[in-house]
Amino acid sequence: MGVGSQTSAQGNRAWRYGRKLSALVASVALTFLGLLFVTFLIGRVVPIDPVLAAVGDRAPAEVYERVRIELGLHLPLYQQFFVYIAKVFQGDFGRSVLTANLVTTDILRVFPATLELATAATFFGILLGIPMGVMGAVHQGRWPDQLLRVVGLFGYSVPVFWLGLMGLLLFYGRLDWAPGPGRLDVFYEGILNPRTGVILIDSALAGEWVIFRNALAHIALPAIILGYYSLAYISRMTRSFMLEQLNQEYITTARVKGVSERAVIWRHALGNVRIPLVTVIALSYGNLLEGSVLTETVFAWPGLGFYLTKSLLSADMNAVLGGTIVVGAVFIGINLLSDALYRLMDPRAR
Amino acid sequence: MKDLSLNNRVTAQGHGLRQWLLSNAPRSRRQARLGRAYQAWLTFSQNRLAMIGLGIIIVLVATAALAPLMAPYPPNAPDLSERLAPMSSAHWLGTDELGRDILSRIMHGSRLTLYVIVLVAIIAAPVGLLIGTVAGYAGGWLDMVLMRGTDIFLAFPKLILALAFVAALGPGIENAIIAIAITAWPPYARIARAETITIRKADFIKAARLQGAGPTRLIWGHVVPLCLSSLIVRVTLDMAGIILTAAGLGFLGLGAQPPLPEWGAMISSGRKFMLDQWWVAAMPGIAIFVVSLGFNLLGDGLRDVLDPKAEGR
Repeated sequence: MGVGSQTSAQGNRAWRYGRKLSALVASVALTFLGLLFVTFLIGRVVPIDPVLAAVGDRAPAEVYERVRIELGLHLPLYQQFFVYIAKVFQGDFGRSVLTANLVTTDILRVFPATLELATAATFFGILLGIPMGVMGAVHQGRWPDQLLRVVGLFGYSVPVFWLGLMGLLLFYGRLDWAPGPGRLDVFYEGILNPRTGVILIDSALAGEWVIFRNALAHIALPAIILGYYSLAYISRMTRSFMLEQLNQEYITTARVKGVSERAVIWRHALGNVRIPLVTVIALSYGNLLEGSVLTETVFAWPGLGFYLTKSLLSADMNAVLGGTIVVGAVFIGINLLSDALYRLMDPRAR
Repeated sequence: MKDLSLNNRVTAQGHGLRQWLLSNAPRSRRQARLGRAYQAWLTFSQNRLAMIGLGIIIVLVATAALAPLMAPYPPNAPDLSERLAPMSSAHWLGTDELGRDILSRIMHGSRLTLYVIVLVAIIAAPVGLLIGTVAGYAGGWLDMVLMRGTDIFLAFPKLILALAFVAALGPGIENAIIAIAITAWPPYARIARAETITIRKADFIKAARLQGAGPTRLIWGHVVPLCLSSLIVRVTLDMAGIILTAAGLGFLGLGAQPPLPEWGAMISSGRKFMLDQWWVAAMPGIAIFVVSLGFNLLGDGLRDVLDPKAEGR
């Protein structure tokens, strides 16, 4: 009897697992479909005639008609949507008017720069945010806590593009501590063989430490300014998670048993906060990808955000919508990933 | 009992007014309502930071209303002999590349800021309220469909979506408002739905239904008023974000177009002279910062008063 019930319990659990997983996948698929639907609609309401944009306004009527059929614009709207979905799944976003490249090629070229910036910013947010949040919770109501509050209020109130400009003004224009905009000084550009597209990794792999240091100097200011938001968010969430833990009885027990205060805070309490923090960090990473649009524009950082705004200003709709879909998909993917990680790490959520 | 006898003699002024408002035994609906409002005000006004926030907002509204009277110069009058002048007694915050007074432009720009946040709130909050209350009240498949739609919108990156919408609609302040409103409503729908579900089964709703009230009347007359306080808190807290997004769109050249004195667009045009004439870009940014700070402080204070459940979040 023992063996039978065990396997059936296992089967039961696997079945429940599978059901949860399929519900999750279905909801993600639906969200992605919604994203495609919205971008499709946006592409259709644009007052720019895509045929005219392709053939120019001097083309004869038969050429116009041929291109219109080539682009599939003679089909009914719902069929156009299906064609659109099929194309997106093949990674085909059309051709950019601005660069004359395929949008996919362009995005693959610029995306590593965005990833590099967002990752550096997240590291900044984690390294400073978690200790600050812990200190805020431990010294609740005293100056570390007040400092945390001020940092948070500032972070939620300051326009990030303005902060970037002021940072450039102060550290580049006046103090000359930081190098100017861009990823590298001009004379280092084009030397590296872009293996991953992430300059910090490429230069380290090639052993070009001069370039590595130059790239590090270039990324510091934009990463700190972009990461400020995630610092504010991560520190606030760490504080509230820590407060919750520090009021629990196992903390008192540990103290009574003579565990040192440092171990109580950093090992016992922070250890239990780890799992929700992963979710918070993932969410803030997603937000940074989005926030990079403005930061990249300010620092002329050649990533996806910069590419998007350049395309926007020249009404290059294929590029705009392709970029929107990519950012949206990554955003949705990160949310899914954080959910999955949470389930994986916390046995109660399984 | 003592209290009551005191209240009978109350005159509607000074110390007496306070007594009347704080009475434990209000004699009319109006007295009860005013009393509650007064108590909320007392709690709110003890919060120093929230009062600072309120002060900032009042200054903003007053500036917007009185901009033509208060501003020392017209917002769009170029004076080429005074181009890029630094701060002085004639131009407190200096002048921009066309010799326009920056202080005057910021004052007039407060009208645009107010215009954006008021319109976004007027569009987004009722949409969210309607969708949320209907979904929560109806339940079943309608709830599922509406909330799936909300979740889809919630899962999008907001700024990027607003950018794409503006790209499609064309740059301009009205289109920026529409784009921001389209991305702003989903959290309101979630809040309204959550509140609706908790009160849907309450006795007073059943009583109203027994009296013959239809769904429209129940939602509009009984459910919506109870959702309002948490909605107001959320909208106030979102105002800062709306201001920052609108300024961001203006900075990218997709929001208000020149020569409108929109703060984000002003920063964008000051960018070219930033290293030498820093005030052109710096000053409008300070204005944006102060106003969003005001809304954040006010929102925090309102949350403590209107929505004590959410405290500490």
